[in-house]
Amino acid sequence: MTEPLLELRGVNKSFGAVQVLHDVNFKVYPGQVTALVGDNGAGKSTLVKTIAGIYRADSGEFFFEGKPVTIHGPKDAGALGIEVVYQDLALCDNLDIVQNMFLGREAHTAGFLLDELTMEDRARQTLASLSVRTVKSVRQSVSSLSGGQRQTVAIAKAVLWNSRVVLLDEPTAALGVAQTRQVLDLVRRLADNGLGVVLISHNMVDVLEVSDRITALFLGRVAADIKASETNHSQIVELITAGRSGDIGISAATADQSA
Amino acid sequence: MTTEQASPPPGQSLAAADFVNDEASASLGESLRAYRDRLRGGDMGALPAALGLVVLFIVFAALRPDSFTSPLNIANLMTQASAISVLAMGLIPVLLLGEIDLSAGVTGGVAAGFTAVQIDRHGSSWVLAVLIGLAVGAAVGLVVGVLVAKLGIPSFVVTLAFFLGLQGVTLKLIGLGGTIPVRDDVLRAITIKSMPVTMGWIVVIVLLAAYGALLMWRQSRLAAKNLQRPPTSLLLVKFVALAVIMLIATAVLSQNRSRVPTFVIAGIPYAVFVVGALLIFWTFIFGRTGYGRHIYAVGGNTEAARRAGINVDRLKVSAFVICSSMAAISGIITASYDGKVSPGSGGGNVLLYAVGAAVIGGTSLFGGKGLIRDAVIGGLVIATIDNGLGLLNQAAYINYIITGSVLLLAASVDAISRRRRSATGT
Repeated sequence: MTEPLLELRGVNKSFGAVQVLHDVNFKVYPGQVTALVGDNGAGKSTLVKTIAGIYRADSGEFFFEGKPVTIHGPKDAGALGIEVVYQDLALCDNLDIVQNMFLGREAHTAGFLLDELTMEDRARQTLASLSVRTVKSVRQSVSSLSGGQRQTVAIAKAVLWNSRVVLLDEPTAALGVAQTRQVLDLVRRLADNGLGVVLISHNMVDVLEVSDRITALFLGRVAADIKASETNHSQIVELITAGRSGDIGISAATADQSA
Repeated sequence: MTTEQASPPPGQSLAAADFVNDEASASLGESLRAYRDRLRGGDMGALPAALGLVVLFIVFAALRPDSFTSPLNIANLMTQASAISVLAMGLIPVLLLGEIDLSAGVTGGVAAGFTAVQIDRHGSSWVLAVLIGLAVGAAVGLVVGVLVAKLGIPSFVVTLAFFLGLQGVTLKLIGLGGTIPVRDDVLRAITIKSMPVTMGWIVVIVLLAAYGALLMWRQSRLAAKNLQRPPTSLLLVKFVALAVIMLIATAVLSQNRSRVPTFVIAGIPYAVFVVGALLIFWTFIFGRTGYGRHIYAVGGNTEAARRAGINVDRLKVSAFVICSSMAAISGIITASYDGKVSPGSGGGNVLLYAVGAAVIGGTSLFGGKGLIRDAVIGGLVIATIDNGLGLLNQAAYINYIITGSVLLLAASVDAISRRRRSATGT
């Protein structure tokens, strides 16, 4: 197996007296979709926000391409090429697709003039490289887009910056069947383009279909890190709900202690 | 048509085929249809204000054919509109953020007071006095902005407090019952003098030519890269309409409007150029720079802007500084028009007029939507109502009621169009 693009070792995170992450080890490989599953409160969001630099881990090591790195804030994560697409997408309805994709990182000419030509051109190339066919015009206001299209724009925004790792927080949660299909195809294409993709989802069918590896969290601990091809629906559900399934997962004693 | 709209066959080159509507310049008919859809979706922009202005002009011209359309009155109306428009322009960045500045009017009064005191009591040049006025305005905006952004007090409350407090400052500065005269020739000239006729024509034509050249240059650059652009015919129609309005206004203002035959008053009042220069400057800042883009982004979705690495607090502070500085300019224009600064300067309905101007022009009170030009169009509407009702010799109470109703109407249009926008998703 190739070297992980991003690796976390022994990450702990507490909020006051509540320990949310216990010695979490997490790996993201290039060209693969790593699904992050777990019940509500298992620590998925905390883990993602720790990777994104929004929270700082209490202890633990971060490695990027095998080299130890520190992530003190969102800027550090961004500099490494780690992008997060949050569930609320963080798009500005009053701006168009191009403006949203370049928000906060606008291209300029003469130092202060917005370079609309370059931005529109690059936005279109990025959408085309992701084979996005559903958007009528890149100068459409985001408020006029469907849920799936908005998700697409948010993902395109994340990959615009030569990002290496993209974390997607429940990208299909609010979508219909056809739009879920589009977004899952897009997720797969991101990985096929060589990115390390982390997919957070509650939908086991989606997870099994699109991911290469599955990391299950149970009460802040990693219950399992397994290949998607070597597991099945019921086993993942057991890992999510009980923390163990057969001979894999965390020991019953540890699980009790956490609960 | 149908072949253009059809989806590309599978496997075809994506970049070329995907964004069909971007690749070619849309036809005039398509643009008009898109515009109609936008209107139906509730995005009215400055259209109600522009139509309202036309209706008001027709009504007042019919009721007072002798006085309303006389060049003297038109010049007077434009001068009246200038102070409102400048204050409304300052309010727009604050409104874009979804905030409000209720103290902007009295900030203008205080700033004009400091300017007048500096000239009248300390004998300073007008340049220094105006700079001091601007600095006072900026300082007020800085304090308001910090209180709103860093302390998190609602801007409504902070600026209401400043609205009261600053009137006290003006009162202390001027003294009870007194006024400070503004006699400086340059400051007075802003509102009572006009640019020489020939010079006025040259400036207007140069501006129009420059704007036309800019439009053509931008269009050719978009065409060269085959990016999305409006049809050239639509640009031409818009440009011709603007040119006709500006040239007619210049022609009217170039007539001699003096009531006394012994000397001539003709030309565009300097105040109009002040408004024009500020309009161009701020339109450029809010349309073409990253700063302006970020203001819109914060107004649209503050959390998204924050996550995009935009310093939201700093932007908020800057918007209030811009607002108060523009209020200072507006206050100085008003002082120039009145020839004095009094303790009540900037109080009363000044702020209401300016907020009304911005909202009537199409700026949303909910943030994220609005253009600098809205302030100028809306300012003209408000000044026309004020001016026309004055000519009708109506009692003052009618004036208040009508202006208040117009503001309420504009805010209702804003709220309804917002609901329609969220309902139709356009």
